[in-house]
Amino acid sequence: MSIDHSRSLLDIEHLEKKDILAIFRLARRMNPSRPKNTLYGKKVILLFYEASTRTRVSFELAAKSLGAATTLVTATASSIEKGESLIDTGGTLIAEAADAIVMRHPSSGAPYLLARHFDIPIINAGDGLHAHPSQALLDAYTILKHHSELHGLRVTIIGDIFHSRVARSNIHLLTKFGAHVTLCGPPELAPEACLGLSTGLRLTRDIEDAVHGADVVMLLRVQKERLQGMALDIEEYISNYQMTMDRLKLAKRTAILMHPGPIIRGMELTDEVADCPQSVILEQVHNGLLVRMAILERLLGAKGAQA
Amino acid sequence: MRTRYSLLIRGGRLIDPAAGVDAPMDLLLRDGRVAQVAEPDEIRGSADEIINASGMIVAPGFIDLHVHLRQPGQSHKETIATGTAAAVAGGFTSVCAMPNTVPVNDTPDITSWMQHPERKSVTNVFPVAAATVGSRGESLTDYAALKRAGAVAVSDDGRPVLDSNMMRGALIAAKMEGIPVIQHAEDTRLSLGGAMNAGASALRMGLRGISAESEYRIIERDCELAAETGGHLHVAHISTAGGVRAVRKAKAAGYNVTCEVTPHHFTLTDAEIKDYDTRYKMNPPLRSEADRVAILAGIADGTIDCIATDHAPHAYHEKEVEFDRSAFGITGLETALPLTLAALLHDQKLPLPKILALLTSNPARIIGKNNLGTLVNGAHADVVIFDPKKRWTFGANGSRSKSRNTPFDGWQMTGKVLTTIVSGKIVFQS
Repeated sequence: MSIDHSRSLLDIEHLEKKDILAIFRLARRMNPSRPKNTLYGKKVILLFYEASTRTRVSFELAAKSLGAATTLVTATASSIEKGESLIDTGGTLIAEAADAIVMRHPSSGAPYLLARHFDIPIINAGDGLHAHPSQALLDAYTILKHHSELHGLRVTIIGDIFHSRVARSNIHLLTKFGAHVTLCGPPELAPEACLGLSTGLRLTRDIEDAVHGADVVMLLRVQKERLQGMALDIEEYISNYQMTMDRLKLAKRTAILMHPGPIIRGMELTDEVADCPQSVILEQVHNGLLVRMAILERLLGAKGAQA
Repeated sequence: MRTRYSLLIRGGRLIDPAAGVDAPMDLLLRDGRVAQVAEPDEIRGSADEIINASGMIVAPGFIDLHVHLRQPGQSHKETIATGTAAAVAGGFTSVCAMPNTVPVNDTPDITSWMQHPERKSVTNVFPVAAATVGSRGESLTDYAALKRAGAVAVSDDGRPVLDSNMMRGALIAAKMEGIPVIQHAEDTRLSLGGAMNAGASALRMGLRGISAESEYRIIERDCELAAETGGHLHVAHISTAGGVRAVRKAKAAGYNVTCEVTPHHFTLTDAEIKDYDTRYKMNPPLRSEADRVAILAGIADGTIDCIATDHAPHAYHEKEVEFDRSAFGITGLETALPLTLAALLHDQKLPLPKILALLTSNPARIIGKNNLGTLVNGAHADVVIFDPKKRWTFGANGSRSKSRNTPFDGWQMTGKVLTTIVSGKIVFQS
């Protein structure tokens, strides 16, 4: 019943620093415009129980750039809709000779269930509110394109921390490397308890305090679909927590602005901020492809090919 | 069947908390009753069967106020026969069967059906009938008729009575019948969608929480209603420091309030849930270490009256799914004694008679069964013999329950039931 975490990518906590750096080294060697065939003959299933554009496309292109075949299975156009259990779906996919399953699911921890029952790599592409490890890896990879190291870096994460698997995974990764992470948001979305996610976290309700002197400003989308009746005053949120150019100026001149997407212009950030020179939002998308190629090659490639 | 069957248990250390006995004593059972309790080797004459209990503890059979036997309607999870078979393997000789069956046990007919010999129960089965029709919280069931049919308490376990007027009515009606109202204290309006204890672990795991407040607010309210009505409130599976505090306060004020705790709530905490293992999912959920410590203090100072398992069997396909979709509950009958000994005897150093009172005389008193839970002359001959030092490994696959949903699979245990006797007959031997 125990899980072999080294075979899969389920979360950030089970990765060591050296694993993360190895993924980055591998990612630097990836070039999607020059496809490789290191995963030729491998079948990667994209099992998506929840809507996704960028993550799904990114994993699909990453797998194809390495020569693997991909198949998309979604909850609404399959036996899942007919009530098949997750384990039975997994068993069916493995009987179809799947070599790995990239999985997104609305239930936190769902990928662990497959990883407990099957011995192929399970890659968590986002589970409920819990984790989005490939996003945290590509975010850190992107930060390292602009800053020499994560240690000592001042990173501010603003918005809906509570409902964000991206925030959770980023918090784990950044603090693992000694970054100083400041969380910022209203009590409903950034409760005090968030400080317990890791050591070395700071929480402030004041966005100007949060941004002041930051090296990285990371924004999150307000996940309206997960609020579950939570009363959130949108106008007040915008007035207190929307990223504007004036607020962004409080960060270091060398600071970068990040967002995992999808961005909602006029909500968590203004048009000007989305398109400003400090914004690396599209670069994140590009790096996502490289990092996901590295993840797939590391978990699926021949042992000798691993960095 | 023999008419004059007798059984002599010799050489054991007899612990009968109700009688204040803790001494080497021999015990003669005849015709389903305790015939004689005497100093070693004082009992003369022959018996049909003699058990040598030297080095063992001999105690009244355990009484579990909180068991889900799943019949009628959910026999894929458990039957009365398999659930009580698991019970005797754990030393239990009486179990109280919760009413969340299909259909809900809200009638004398179902209450009688559960006790019928055709169910092949090997323990005493005492139904707890629904407190409201269909456990819908809209109108009270007929407590007098249910009691006549054998119900020992009423409860809407799992679907708590949230409406204060309904709960007040239940306490008044139950008082007239001399039975307790058992409340699963959870304000389900506060805990909607929760899968585990609200706290640091839930936040890290991205799971919605069931707050401690959702429990203790209901306990606080119910204690006030018990005070107002004089009815007997029994709080099921208390799990929070706030809940223990509320019951302690109510008892100090002299209210008619009792409560139970499960072995898993004084053994585990929410920090031990790893890799979304659904065998750790139950309701009330595993709480924080501070709650666990408060529960242990509540046991030590007598705030907590008894240990109940909340044995909640579920089939594999109901448990082995996504954590937030998995059924709440774990089995508990076969692991209760060693878990209790580990926490209360070995860790907390409580005296064994006090610990056994939590499993025998105290639950008997709560359901008004004065000839159970004790081994004085004339009492019901329900006996457990266990070796408090025996080390063994619990394997869920070897369970007598139909279900395997327990986090204690593979645990090293100390303390093992050797023989269980119901109505003077041996029903289990390991």
